[in-house]
Amino acid sequence: MSAPLPETPATSVPAAASNQLFPFVLQLADTSLILAHRLSEWCGHGPVLEQDLALANIALDLLGEARSYYQYAAELEGQGRTEDDLAYLRSAVEYRNPLLVEQPNGDFAHTILRQFLFDNFHYHLLRKLKDGPDTQLAAIAEKSVKEAAYHLKWSSEWVIRLGDGTDESRKRLDKAIATLWRFGGELTTPTATETALQEIGVLPDYAALLAEMQAHTAHVFAEATVPLPAPAFAQLGGKTGRHTEHLGYLLSELQYMQRTYPGLTW
Amino acid sequence: METLEKVLTPEEQFQARIDADVRIEPKDWMPDAYRKTLIRQISQHAHSELVGMLPEGNWITRAPSLKRKSILLAKVQDEAGHGLYLYSAAETLGTTRDQMLADLHSGKAKYSSIFNYPTLSWADMGCVGWLVDGAAILNQVPLCRTSYGPYARAMVRVCKEESFHQRQGFEVMQTLCEGAPVQKEMAQEALNRWWWPTLMMFGPKDADSPNTAQSMNWRIKRFTNDELRQKFVDMMVPQAEFLGLTVPDPAVKWNEERQAYDFGEVNWDEFWAVVKGNGLCNHERLQARVQAHEDGAWVREAANAHAAKRAAREAVAA
Amino acid sequence: MNQSEWPLWEVFIRSKQGLDHKHVGSLHAADATMAVQNARDVYTRRLEGVSIWVVESKHIHASNPDDSEAFFDPAADKVYRHPTFYEVPDSIKHM
Repeated sequence: MSAPLPETPATSVPAAASNQLFPFVLQLADTSLILAHRLSEWCGHGPVLEQDLALANIALDLLGEARSYYQYAAELEGQGRTEDDLAYLRSAVEYRNPLLVEQPNGDFAHTILRQFLFDNFHYHLLRKLKDGPDTQLAAIAEKSVKEAAYHLKWSSEWVIRLGDGTDESRKRLDKAIATLWRFGGELTTPTATETALQEIGVLPDYAALLAEMQAHTAHVFAEATVPLPAPAFAQLGGKTGRHTEHLGYLLSELQYMQRTYPGLTW
Repeated sequence: METLEKVLTPEEQFQARIDADVRIEPKDWMPDAYRKTLIRQISQHAHSELVGMLPEGNWITRAPSLKRKSILLAKVQDEAGHGLYLYSAAETLGTTRDQMLADLHSGKAKYSSIFNYPTLSWADMGCVGWLVDGAAILNQVPLCRTSYGPYARAMVRVCKEESFHQRQGFEVMQTLCEGAPVQKEMAQEALNRWWWPTLMMFGPKDADSPNTAQSMNWRIKRFTNDELRQKFVDMMVPQAEFLGLTVPDPAVKWNEERQAYDFGEVNWDEFWAVVKGNGLCNHERLQARVQAHEDGAWVREAANAHAAKRAAREAVAA
Repeated sequence: MNQSEWPLWEVFIRSKQGLDHKHVGSLHAADATMAVQNARDVYTRRLEGVSIWVVESKHIHASNPDDSEAFFDPAADKVYRHPTFYEVPDSIKHM
């Protein structure tokens, strides 16, 4: 299920950076897990059978990616915690996913736009991470970037279909933009952790990423005949544990079994 | 051969091909009743896959570990795939998926009653995989040799994918049974709820199943309901014993003479009540499907509209 | 608006390099791009393929079963087209 990690955790990252690496890897893990969780809520309820399968495929990719990051984070931490301990036994304020991915599915237009905003960042980030100096992160990114390339293709095409579809689909996409655009900025606004990792070259400069992302967005929105939305006030906080109220409900479902029956194996 | 075919009616020729184990393909002549029965049977099977996603889908967001979450999501997604393969097979008979879905949503078409029971604990994911999929496989494996080609080919694909479903269910049960007492209790409690409904999956007793003879002649059914039910009990009782669980039927006892297990009578009143729509979850299950379809209407329309716009633009450009 | 279901497409998959594309089933999609992606999502979840073809079902023309005697039986007596028809002495190698 998860990406096989290299045998030797040989990382060329300075030791001082490894205490920044742990929270960052956790952030990547939480992000993929929470979005996978949201997408999995569609399972059995998709607009057409073929797209039900497509949504589940994306969720499975992200879940696999999350597991690789959690396993790596557990290793970095070195406290004997497992992937499940990290995923199931932390509270909302300890979660480090950006706000965007915890937003509810809403209608299909909301799900598509949320996915597009995320995929656009995710794909471009992974392309850099796979050539980055941290060998474990690079290995995970190497595998995940192929998946993310497909996700971005899928969500971009759906943005185009909905934007240049019917009046109703356009209205719904506009509404999704009005709701979700403000959560896009957090993805490329570095936290102190990310800045520290950028300074030592583990993470790419987000300004460069942003340029690639904006070029892609411009292309997709033009195809979709949708005017580029004006920059919105960026809601920040998820990556430092300040979440919207939605996350608590999500976690209470996600963690139900582990919290109800502590310490058991399933 | 020449002379024989001259005296045989089309129906007789058709039956002769089936008796010779020659597959029937979409454009071949077939009796109307064969076509109708197949559409009903295949679509009912497809609907079961579709509705069957709901009771398990219910637990994807609550799965107790990341590994179990991945497995469960992949499994429920497979069911969507199986529904799709089966709808496709039925479409070769001249119906449409829209028509079949309309029949499901109006209550005209049936699906397997087992999915009208609620999933209440994590152990239900074990029971659904181990028991329900186990029962389904008994039904499905013989259908890989069914007389209608597209149906048989769909079933080959389904069975190939289904094989991991039962194993993962058994593994869930085994993990529970080897775990803490509270987990073992959870497993036993789930078995208590699922055992009898699973036995009902094979349908009414042979004496109350008037269409069985014709379906067996047409080789779209290869064993009778009671035969399959017996096979299932013979297969499952030892597996339950291996797990250290007790099948909730005091009448279960090995019969040396028959070389099979004796077992008690299914509660047929309950069976018919659920078939007629009075199971605990009939309403919710159907409602969930109708809702998904209606909520998806604008999405499907948008994609059609965009495809038409794009085609028109390409035509102008060309 | 356009209420009809998405068109039906037939899916053909090459399971590995060097083999023919083989018909695996069908699916619904609004356009060709989506049909290829849906085929990927539906029919290649277990590494079943390395290449996908989709053809809208309405474009497939098939022979008519009523013609099958006229079409296919005449090939039955052309045994001389098959190598086993010919007797070659045991001492002759490489033929």
